[in-house]
Amino acid sequence: MAVLLDKSTRLLVQGITGREGTFHAKAAQAYGTNVVGGVTPGKGGITHEGWPVFDTVADAVNKTGANASVIFVPPPGGADAVMEAADAGIALAVCITEGIPTIDMMRALAFLKDKKTRLIGPNCPGIITAGQGKAGIIPGHICKPGRVGVVSKSGTLTYEAIHQLTGLGLGQTTCIGIGGDPLIGTSFVDALQLFAADAETEAVVLIGEIGGSAEEDAAAFIKASFKKPVVGFIAGQTAPPGRRMGHAGAIIAGGKGTAAEKMRALTDAGVHVVKSPADIGRAVAGALKPA
Amino acid sequence: MKIHEYQGKEILRTFAVPVPRGVVAFTADEARTAAVELGGGVVVVKAQIHAGGRGKGGGVKVVKSPDDARQAAANIIGMKLVTHQTGPEGRTVTRVLVEEGLQIARELYLGLVIDRATRRPVLMASQDGGVEIEKVAEETPDRIYKAFIDPSIGLQPYQSRQLAFKLGLKGPQVGKAVTMMAALYRAFLETDASLLEINPLIVTAAGDLVALDAKVNFDDNALFRHPHLKELRDLSEEDPLEIEASKFSLNYIKLDGTVGCMVNGAGLAMATMDIIKLAGGEPANFLDVGGGANAEQIRNAFRILMSDAAVKAVLINIFGGILRCDVLAEGVIAAVKDLHVTVPVVIRMEGTNVELGKKMLKESGLNFTTVDSMDEAATTVVRLSNNQ
Repeated sequence: MAVLLDKSTRLLVQGITGREGTFHAKAAQAYGTNVVGGVTPGKGGITHEGWPVFDTVADAVNKTGANASVIFVPPPGGADAVMEAADAGIALAVCITEGIPTIDMMRALAFLKDKKTRLIGPNCPGIITAGQGKAGIIPGHICKPGRVGVVSKSGTLTYEAIHQLTGLGLGQTTCIGIGGDPLIGTSFVDALQLFAADAETEAVVLIGEIGGSAEEDAAAFIKASFKKPVVGFIAGQTAPPGRRMGHAGAIIAGGKGTAAEKMRALTDAGVHVVKSPADIGRAVAGALKPA
Repeated sequence: MKIHEYQGKEILRTFAVPVPRGVVAFTADEARTAAVELGGGVVVVKAQIHAGGRGKGGGVKVVKSPDDARQAAANIIGMKLVTHQTGPEGRTVTRVLVEEGLQIARELYLGLVIDRATRRPVLMASQDGGVEIEKVAEETPDRIYKAFIDPSIGLQPYQSRQLAFKLGLKGPQVGKAVTMMAALYRAFLETDASLLEINPLIVTAAGDLVALDAKVNFDDNALFRHPHLKELRDLSEEDPLEIEASKFSLNYIKLDGTVGCMVNGAGLAMATMDIIKLAGGEPANFLDVGGGANAEQIRNAFRILMSDAAVKAVLINIFGGILRCDVLAEGVIAAVKDLHVTVPVVIRMEGTNVELGKKMLKESGLNFTTVDSMDEAATTVVRLSNNQ
């Protein structure tokens, strides 16, 4: 099983002729993903690295039957690319682009409301289902098919968690990088709902960071209805207030969005919160032990 | 990006938001001239720094004549202004805003931000203007009224009216408030603001509504489409090392500790700071070199790290997903040699070609310690920093 992406996914790459788009299209294919083509406006009709290129997402969907798209489009056109994918009926859009203006994303998310598209990101490493396929930049070689779902705001910290899970032999089902922007398509709660319904996912690693209240929302959801063990880590316990820590959304504003508040909320909800990112894997192993 | 109050007010004026007449002054003489231009009567001299709480810190003075304005400006310009938002080191004031004095009947609050949870702009209003709004939000959240705005249709007049009535405005003031709120919303959208705050919004003795202060922050990601706003950046308000880092697309934030760190990815960089603290040390900085760091960037990152004299040891924590560890090792060796780095450098790297990378570091003959795990990295670097 796993969630959102599997062997049946037919992936399109928006921005396939760019450097990043090309590199990660190849990596996705090498990992076993069925990459069916790409979109670069103005380059429709050419073949790029063996893939057909289309001018519009709608064309690409018509000709290839694509049902997912990964977006490597520069920030000024990022939100537009998301809306184009949604309008073409793409079920899963994964937006890697970092630096999309917040107001653009606000409009794109309003546009998505009556569409059937699930958006992951933006400003995220994407999604990988271990051993099946990936859309984004998470390195495939660190993953191993297994029992744990991962959902995270951060890129390299997700790799760290994946690496620990692989090292301990636990492996992963699906890993979802939801992104570090203030406005994102898929929240922790959305991801947890997906993992709740997935029989293969026995436990979840949740990696949050300072800023916003998505972790508190996740805590409330877990407390109310999530039954599987969750291991949590919040980055930014030492971050100074008022400073944006790299990610556009990672800021303690007006005393709100601190790591301490989030850790408290998650702990109250029964999440195994680790203080050190080095303890994530071990904590999952502990949580999965038969009682 | 933050801007000064006087710049914010100039922008609001172009959107027809009523603001006091005022002139920015960089010297005491300019302040006097400004006071004369404003009619020679009562003026307010306000320190311009990118932080709130200026009045309490002694950065705002009401004076009765141009000569007094000159004196007040002479006292304020060049002073180190310490407020609850500047930290104990304070900020040096380089300019003041000289503004007409107004008779204040009431002080209210208006603010616009994008609410992350509802993914909508929210217009906030409160009768408790002129004080720290964070405090109001904390202690009496029911005294902040909110209107959530549908981004596809914009702020509707009824929403503004509701807020105006809750603010206790009466008669013609209601219409004025509705017009002002619409103008503020337009300004917020058209400048890609991330925060627009009027605190206080005053009702004058004559019954007019005027934005007596203006705090405007812009979305850094949208500045590419606002070249004229980009010019408002005041580099003297920023840390020189942070400015230097931004030239090389390095995300650097200076902190107070002694353990320098260099990491790829914002989340891992924060987590590295956290684990240094857990091991009993204090991080000297946040530094994200990005996903595709090359030798040149690593060199620049090292240069910036080492310009902080407090750094007693450096921790490099790289999870190379795409970045190859041998490339990283090559960059680190070259940088340490070129820059004559003498403090201990602890390297924890993981990913493609990690064994080759470690071998290169070992054979370089330089002062490197390579470790395998994050916790070992932290305890090692903290121990080494304490020995220095």
